[in-house]
Amino acid sequence: MTPDALTLDNIRKTFSSGGRVVHALSGVSLSVGKGETLGVIGESGSGKSTLGRIAVGLEVQSSGKLFIDGERVDDMSAVMRRRRLRQCQMIFQDPYSSLNPRLTVGHQIGEGLYAAGVSDWREIRSTVADLLERVGLPRDFADRYPHEFSGGQRQRIAIARALAPGPEIVVADEPVSALDVSIQAQILDLLAEIRRENRLSYLFISHDMAVVARLCDRVAVMHRGRVVESGPIAAVIENPQHPYTRNLLDAVPRFGRRRTGRKPVPVDLPLHGDGDRFVSVGEGHTVLQASEDAAAG
Amino acid sequence: MTSSGNPYLTVRDLTVSFQGKGGEFHAVDRIGFELDRGEILALVGESGSGKSMTSLAVMRLLPQAARMSGRITIAGDDVASLPRRQMEDVRGARIGMVFQEPMTSLNPVLTIARQMTEGLIRHQGLSRKAALAAARSALDDVGFGEPDRVLSQYPHQLSGGMRQRVMIAAALALRPGILIADEPTTALDVTVQAQVLDLLVDLKSRLGSGILLITHDIGVVAETADRVAVMRHGRIVETGATDAVLRNPTHDYTKALLASHLTVEKALGLRPAEKGAPSRS
Amino acid sequence: MTDTSAPLASRRRLPVSILIGTGLAVVIVAAAVLAPSLIPFDPMRMAAGPRLAAPSFDHLFGTDEFGRDLFSRVLTGGRLSLGIGLTAVVSGLAIGGLIGLVAAFAGRLVEATLLRIIDVLYSFPDTLIALALVAFLGPGIENATLAIAISLVPFYARVTYGLAAAERAKPYVEAAKLAGIHTGRLVRVHVMPNIGQSLVVMGTLGFSSAILSAAGLSFLGLGVQPPSPEWGAILASGRNYINKAPWILIFPGVAICLTVLSFNLIGDSLRDLVDPRRKDRS
Ligand SMILES: Nc1ncnc2c1ncn2[C@@H]1O[C@H](COP(=O)(O)OP(=O)(O)OP(=O)(O)O)[C@@H](O)[C@H]1O
Ligand SMILES: [Mg+2]
Repeated sequence: MTPDALTLDNIRKTFSSGGRVVHALSGVSLSVGKGETLGVIGESGSGKSTLGRIAVGLEVQSSGKLFIDGERVDDMSAVMRRRRLRQCQMIFQDPYSSLNPRLTVGHQIGEGLYAAGVSDWREIRSTVADLLERVGLPRDFADRYPHEFSGGQRQRIAIARALAPGPEIVVADEPVSALDVSIQAQILDLLAEIRRENRLSYLFISHDMAVVARLCDRVAVMHRGRVVESGPIAAVIENPQHPYTRNLLDAVPRFGRRRTGRKPVPVDLPLHGDGDRFVSVGEGHTVLQASEDAAAG
Repeated sequence: MTSSGNPYLTVRDLTVSFQGKGGEFHAVDRIGFELDRGEILALVGESGSGKSMTSLAVMRLLPQAARMSGRITIAGDDVASLPRRQMEDVRGARIGMVFQEPMTSLNPVLTIARQMTEGLIRHQGLSRKAALAAARSALDDVGFGEPDRVLSQYPHQLSGGMRQRVMIAAALALRPGILIADEPTTALDVTVQAQVLDLLVDLKSRLGSGILLITHDIGVVAETADRVAVMRHGRIVETGATDAVLRNPTHDYTKALLASHLTVEKALGLRPAEKGAPSRS
Repeated sequence: MTDTSAPLASRRRLPVSILIGTGLAVVIVAAAVLAPSLIPFDPMRMAAGPRLAAPSFDHLFGTDEFGRDLFSRVLTGGRLSLGIGLTAVVSGLAIGGLIGLVAAFAGRLVEATLLRIIDVLYSFPDTLIALALVAFLGPGIENATLAIAISLVPFYARVTYGLAAAERAKPYVEAAKLAGIHTGRLVRVHVMPNIGQSLVVMGTLGFSSAILSAAGLSFLGLGVQPPSPEWGAILASGRNYINKAPWILIFPGVAICLTVLSFNLIGDSLRDLVDPRRKDRS
């Protein structure tokens, strides 16, 4: 059996800011198979970005294990870890701050190749042009600066840059949230196409259920630093089990329904503790169940 | 939908232009619409289509470099001809405005009470006590169970959705005839967005407010708006009752906008059926 | 994302202050550079005219107690003052900048330690640091320059750290890290071009402070030594004649003021121009 591309095992992360301790992640476990796309969805502050940043090594977990290709990376030496983590690249939400305003687009993409050991800039230039073409941009855009591009084009450039070091895993943190709907569709299609060709695994973070449904094979729903439900995308959407998942799905605007202005009866969301276990509700579909004593206490 | 008399807000032949490098640039190009109390009109379009410029023109808050022509009347008064002082009263008392990012429009170092009462004291000449009472009832209108607690807090102590509700309450406290809400839910989570949209609909039916809802999300339009105007490149390309426009769009752009709108169901259907994964047609 | 941003990005007019500042600076620097061909007398030559003569057509700024031509001395002194300022700023900026970059990019422990030290040093006025250093190193033009350079280090370290730390958190830097670019190259190729402009502005601001320190040290007899016509040194020698020959103090004093003013004007308005630059977002 081939190992999963990425596995997070019981990851916890706390931040202390200004004397207060924030539990960003309280024991998250999930894995992304080879060539699979796992969506991570949840409300703002639920820990999605923190999870993604830990997966690529931009943040280090407070506890828990991180595996890439079945190999544990969090106890490697810094040098080894960095080399290993080069297989994990990231696409960021904001297409503006994620590109260096002072370097040409080609230079930024090429840096990833240079760091990977290609030292001939002529070779780098031609690979960069290939990459630009790959993401649907003209080859000669390499000599331009980021400010000459629209948000959608910038996101294509960011994708090319992420592809340059030849990753196996790409973490995309809300890569289409800042774009117009019509552009969103193009970028999602591009991501799907690249995944097929390069056999990439995606950890795809989003707060938009429709976008997740479009691209992902499976989805993990996060709430307050925990995964509360996960499973195949269709199963979770058609048969949501956790009250938070239901809330989330119900809130998505839809045609053929009018808001009445009456406040819905508030749903009590369970407060989960560390003792809570996942129960299976279908093939690969699990939901976090509040344990009895937690509910009582 | 509008009453046969004079609508509360009318916009005729509105053009907003800028002097750009390649000549004159029309951010808004000869558009017209009207809005009465008790209805929600949605202005929908992609970024750059001129939605926000339209709302700024109505509030007479356009940037200096902008040139405006056309006629905007609010409760019978021509906005362009009002003296500056009087316009300040119109803003607030007759039209309230709510912006996309609630944090930037709230002052971080003042309590909610201070921020909400200031306008009431200045525009309506209320006493501090009366202003507080008005603020309290406005917060109650937007669904805060304990208005007094919110009043004593600072913006950073509130969640994004609460801040946006406070902004709406602040606008409502002056009892404006209409409310302009420019992407009021774009920065919010869907669950919170749902609350805010419910609130807008509630305000319409309970208080009879007219609401100009500016959004890029056609799903939001479908759920909340009575009428819709589709904007593109500064023009209104199609307008009508929401149901009619969304069900039978006539303009190609409206069709494209609807086609590119991704619903959860549509998204599931679009997935390639691979390796026996459960997928719907 | 709002529609308002695009058309607003119109040309911004250059503020008047930068025009005045640059105009002044050009005159001052030109006078210093061209001094050898502009001056009518050897600045060291005694009895070039009568002693303590008031400004006249022959001696535009008058003469000092040895009958040296003050016009020649003030112009020549400008070379010294500007030279000391430039040397001190360039070396202070180089050292301070390096420390700031190291603090921002060499890991948590180094960051905490360096910041602590910088903060302590930064809390002393830089002239005081320079004074203490010269007292330790001994007087003279080289030591004074070195002392001023070192006195500027905490300021430049702080500023550079602030700029670099802000840059460090941006996604484009994180992306570069993920690509496996090692820290040295990351700083050199990716970060420096983005903060260089701001550092030059800060250099301009430090320049006026360096000129002031140089004059102050020379005035106290710790910097440039007497026969040399540095502005502070001329002031010091003239202080005994403040009633009889105030021009000995007035002209170098005005020179110092104008120089400081011009570089502060340039620095301040450049800073305003550079800061709100990122207007494309939010
Ligand atoms: N560097 C940090 N220092 C302190 N707290 C942090 C830091 N980064 C994240 N947090 C906190 O961790 C929690 C999770 O944040 P995270 O950014 O992962 O959420 P998210 O799900 O990505 O939210 P969003 O949808 O708004 O992007 C939040 O409470 C956040 O305030
Ligand atoms: Mg996030």
